[in-house]
Formats: sequence, structure tokens, C-alpha cells
Amino acid sequence: MTFGGFFNDTRVRGLALQVLAFAGAVAFVAWIVVNTNTNLGRLGIGVDFGFLDDRAGFNIVQTPIPYDNNSTYFRAFLVGLVNTLMVSALGIVLATILGFLIGIGRLSTNWLLAKLCTVYVETIRNVPLLLQVVFWFEAVLVLLPRPQAGIVLPFGGNLNNRGLYLPAPVTEPGFLAVAIALVVAIALTIVLARWSRRRQAATGKTFPMWTVGAALVLGAPLLVFLVTGAPLAWQEPTLQRLNFTGGIVVIPELAALLVALTLYTAAFIAEVVRAGVLAVPRGQVEAAGALGLHRGLTMRKVVVPQALRVITPPLTNQYLNLIKNSSLAVAIGYPDLVGVFKNTVLNQTGRAIEVIGITMAVYLFISLVTAVAMNLFNARVALRER
Amino acid sequence: MALGDHAFVRRAPVAPRPPPRGVVGPLAWLRNNLFSSPANTATTILIALFLAWTVPPLIRWLFIDAAWTGDDRSVCLDGGACWAFIGAKINLILYGQYPPDERWRIVLVAALFVAGLVPLAIPRVPGKRWNVVYLLVVFPVIAFMLLTGIGIGLDKVPTDRWGGLFVTLVAAVMGIVISLPLGILLALGRRSKLPVVRWLSTAFIEFWRGVPLVAVLFMASVMLPIFLPPGVTFDKLLRAMLCIAIFYSAYMAEVVRGGLQAVPKGQYEGSMALGLSWFQQMRLVVMPQALTVVIPGIVNTFIALFKDTSLIMVIGLFDLLGMLKSATNDSDWASPSVPATAYVFAGIIYWVFCFGLSRYSVFIERRLSRGKLHR
Repeated sequence: MTFGGFFNDTRVRGLALQVLAFAGAVAFVAWIVVNTNTNLGRLGIGVDFGFLDDRAGFNIVQTPIPYDNNSTYFRAFLVGLVNTLMVSALGIVLATILGFLIGIGRLSTNWLLAKLCTVYVETIRNVPLLLQVVFWFEAVLVLLPRPQAGIVLPFGGNLNNRGLYLPAPVTEPGFLAVAIALVVAIALTIVLARWSRRRQAATGKTFPMWTVGAALVLGAPLLVFLVTGAPLAWQEPTLQRLNFTGGIVVIPELAALLVALTLYTAAFIAEVVRAGVLAVPRGQVEAAGALGLHRGLTMRKVVVPQALRVITPPLTNQYLNLIKNSSLAVAIGYPDLVGVFKNTVLNQTGRAIEVIGITMAVYLFISLVTAVAMNLFNARVALRER
Repeated sequence: MALGDHAFVRRAPVAPRPPPRGVVGPLAWLRNNLFSSPANTATTILIALFLAWTVPPLIRWLFIDAAWTGDDRSVCLDGGACWAFIGAKINLILYGQYPPDERWRIVLVAALFVAGLVPLAIPRVPGKRWNVVYLLVVFPVIAFMLLTGIGIGLDKVPTDRWGGLFVTLVAAVMGIVISLPLGILLALGRRSKLPVVRWLSTAFIEFWRGVPLVAVLFMASVMLPIFLPPGVTFDKLLRAMLCIAIFYSAYMAEVVRGGLQAVPKGQYEGSMALGLSWFQQMRLVVMPQALTVVIPGIVNTFIALFKDTSLIMVIGLFDLLGMLKSATNDSDWASPSVPATAYVFAGIIYWVFCFGLSRYSVFIERRLSRGKLHR
């Protein structure tokens, strides 16, 4: 083989390219590691996660798990993480509901409804989320009255510029029975649903599963609740000198972030849903009609299962986007992971590599877990071919 | 033959049938689109009530009660929008702290950019190749020299005086210009037959897609100085812009990969059978088809990038949003309606750019799919 021929061999060239790419990547990483070591050496600090056990010494405005300024940095990290997960979970649920409604609304035969949904989607999608977050926080929620003059809501709630105060349920002894009744009812419903599906497959007889299931899940706990003498009290928020205490409080930061995240992501989910429903061929609906299925059944048994296949992957992306976007909390001071960790812990400890490293790792982990979970769901709804 | 008893001969014309319900005209349209069923009628009425409840106050706030002129907060206390505030801050919003005498440079760069972009955007204008060379090679060099003042004897303007819409646009253009080619390379890398190249590309893409941009920007502002050799500093604004560009190249790569997967296998095989090299295959056969398919996705990524340039506010830089936010802190203009006005104004600007981009993508999509309609 000649010299030129040797270099024209695809395999040799491929190998050479790979070796080069690999060497380049290794050299780049090594360069960064060397630089980092030099810089850290000059500053006299090393990479050390020991600071996580130190006393944090700062307060956090929203602590879903016990925390005070004597807690450790690790505890502060957990608070931030739970706050991130909380706003993400709430946002995902609300955005999914709103997004499905608007996506279906855009396909409505009612011209006004379709146009209204279109205007909503086109307005919200074309304005940055960060702008919407600060808009709700700095332009809308500041207009709320002071706690002393707050808007009184039914059942002892109050809405003012310190947040939304709602009565908190306080369980009394005997409530456990209600919880047990709920669990038993759900288990019974699942068993019943399986039985009804198997019977329908075997004999074709239908069973009013939705009505019976709803009656079971709602009725059983309610019955036990009434029999045990309503073992639940409500702790209403009361106005102290300057602020309310007691009850559940939704702080303005959470409200602004949640509203913005929900409205923004819902616009994207609406588009995903619309595309999914439109992707189901017309013939499917017509065939279902020819078989004598009524509209609701056509939707449930023919359109939705096929649309879900198209919807699931982009919907996963929207959920992941929402989780990542919740880090915009930092702009309005909601104590999420980035807010607590980057803004406060980093400023106090100066441990940039550890703090940013942990933050990135957590988001990567969350993204990965969500992706895996949605892939499993996707595998369930995906088309099964022979 | 006589007529039987059962025979019937009509002797008078039949009474005319009532005219059919109209299928054209505004009334028929209303009936079909708004009041076709009881549920539909109820929806229409509910929405009409909702609009009657929300739209008039909005119009009153935006136009009727708004303060259009004035020099300080005193004109903005009536509860309407405070457009006078925007008027007073307009230079700050457009140019940031860029020296007033040097603002012509920004205007010139904008004009040069538009001069390059408009012929590129209109399909009929010839010379696309030179147009692209101008926009991707010549224009960036001229723009850099003009804006920073480095290399052509103008006063130097450090980037900490840059701000406003100007910075937003620079970040967006730079992000778009870098992320598209880089994204194409990454997509090709991810689909490569060479395992090492594939793994490296995949790891790169998945890393950036898994972390939020806010965290990346913080990393750029806090950690990059640690990663670089001692003494090497990097402009803070440039760092943020590069970060956005690299971050979005990962998203771009996934969009392009979708397009590559949509190219039928026969196209690869056919081009291989013609004896094209890998680069020729990609350039002449695969890429034109792949990129055409994903134009909507590419434009959507551009729009997302454009919107996310606002995040550089979080690390203390002053783009359009950051500038407006800091302007609302001016005590001369402290009024409840000022923040709302500022954010509504910013929202309108972002909306115009993003909506324009998306409409343009629809136009291009229609144009490119014209051939497919006749299949």
C-alpha cells in the first residue's frame, strides 16, 4: 500500500479522526484542570465539600421542611431543592390542565373561542418568560393592598401584598380512618376496573366504571368522615400587628413564579396538544362514527390514544423546560435551588466549583429522571407493531 | 284511455317552499361559527362577557388614562400607563450607557445589518452566496470594529457601557450566527459512524440540554475565571453571549438531527453510489433536504434564543429588560404604573421581533412546500 493510499483508506482516516477528537477533548479537560488547580492553589483553597456541614446563618422566606438560620448549608440546599421541586410539580400540573384546555379550544368550531385561544398562544409564546416573571412580581402583585387592608376571601382567607393566606387543615384523632378509607377505596376501584375491563374483553358487557369509581373514591372517605364526627379543624390565619400568622401562606414570589411558569408553558403545551390531535387522520374519526361510536367515546377510544403517541415526546420536553425555567426564580428572590445555593451560599462561602457543580448535577439528575419516566410512559402508549 | 279515479293531475302550481337557511352572508356565518348549538351559544356568550369585562379597562389603561408627556412622576399618578416614562428613558432603552456622541455607530451597524438581511430574506433577490459571505464574515468584522472602536481609530467604548435593545440584538445575532453552524456540526457528530465522535457530541449536547441557562450564565460569570489561566480575563458581556450561543447550539443540534433522520436512506445510498465524498454528500444531497424539513424548528430555536437573551439580566448585565428594570428604580419616576408600563413596553418589543420571525418562517415553509402540494 502506498503512502497516499494509506491515508485515503476510510478506516484509517476514521480512526485518525477519532484519535484526534479524543486527544483534543482530553487535552481540553486537562488544560482546564491544570488551570483550576493553579488558580485554586493561588487562592489557597481546594475543592472540599466539608462546608456543607457548617452553620448556614441565613434565613429563607419559604421553608417547606424545618429550617432556621442555625441549620447547615446542606439543609439549606435541601430547602432549595424542595422549593424547586414544589414549584415545578405545581407548575406541571396546572400548565398541563390549562394547556390541554387551550389546545382543544384552538380546534373548537366556535370561532370566538378558537381565536381567543390563538391570541393567547401567540401573545404568551412570543414574550420572554423572565419578562413575564418580573411583570407579575413587580407590576401586578405590588398593586395588592397591605396586610391590614387585605382582600378578605371566603373561609377566612386573605390576599395581600405579603401573600395569599389560606386556612390550614388540622387533623384530629380519628382522621386516620378517613385516610385508610380513601386508600381502600382507591385499591378497590383499581381491582374493579381490572375486572370490568377483563369482562368487557371476554363478553362485551360494559360496566359504568367511571360513575362507580368516582362514587367509591369520593363517597367512602366522606362517609367515614361523617361517621367519625368530622375529625378535621381549620386553622384560620389571623392578623397580628403587621402580618398574618397561621394557616397556609403562598408567598408572592411563589405566586408570581407559578403564574408565569404556568401561563407560559401552557401556551407551548397547547401547541403540542393541537398538533397531536391534528395528527390523527380524519378517517379514524369517520370510521369510528361509521361504527356507531358517539362523540365522547370516539374521543376517548380513538382520538386520544393516537394523539397521545404524538404528544408524549414533545410534552416531556415542555416538562423539562418548565423544571429548568423554574430557576428564573432567582430574578425575583424565590428561594429555589439556584436562588438559595448560588446567590446566598456562594456569596457566603466563595466555593464556586462545589456550589455550581452541585447545582448543575441536580438539574442534570432531575432532567434525566424525568426523561426516563416519560420514556417509560411513551413506551406504554407507543404503537405496538407485530 | 280515460283517467282512473286514482289519477291526479295538478291544475295549480305548488306553493313555493320556504327559502333555504342562508349558507352565505354574515348572519349564516354567525349561526355556523358562534351559535351552532346550545353549548356553543353559551360559550360565545361567556367569552363575550369576559371580553367586555377585560378589554375596556385594558384599553383605558393603555391609551385613555395614559400619560403621554411629562417630565417626572407627577403625571403618572392617575392610574393609567406612564408612556412619558418610556419617552424620558428612550435613549437608555435603545443604547444603554453608550456615549451619546458615538450612537451613530450603533445606527450605522444596524443599517449595515438590515442592508445584508433584507436581500437575504427576499427569495427573489439573486446573489445569496455573496450575501451570506457578507453577513457571516464581512459584517461581523465591521460591526466589531465600529461598536468597540478597536482597530479603526475611533474612541474605544468598553462593553460595560453597552446596554438596552442594542445589547439584546447583538446577543441574539451573535447567538444565531454561532449556534446554527455549531449545531449542524454537533448533529452530524451525533449521527457519525465513528464512536468517539458520536459519544463526545452526545455528551456535549445532553449536558447543555440538561442544565438551565441561568445556571450556565452563573457558571460563566463565576467559574470561568477559575478555568482560564491566571491573568487571562474575558469580557463579561462577551462571555455571556458566547454562553447563550453554545447553550443553544445543543438545542439546534437536536433540531437538525431530526431533519437528518427525515432524509430517506436512499438519498444517502444514491449519493454514495454516485461516488460523492462524505462532505459532498452532506453539502449537496443531505443537508439541503434536512435543513428544509426543519426550518420551523430552527426558527423556533432562534425565537427561544432571542427571548432567552433577557436572562443576561440575572448576572447583572443590562440588556433591554435589564435596562428597563433598572430604569424603574429611578426615584424621579416612582409610581405604581411605571413598572407595569416598562414591562408592557418591553413585552411589545420582544413580541414584535419574535412574532415577525415566526411569520417569516411560515412564509418560507409555505414556499418550500409548494412543490409537495401537487404530489
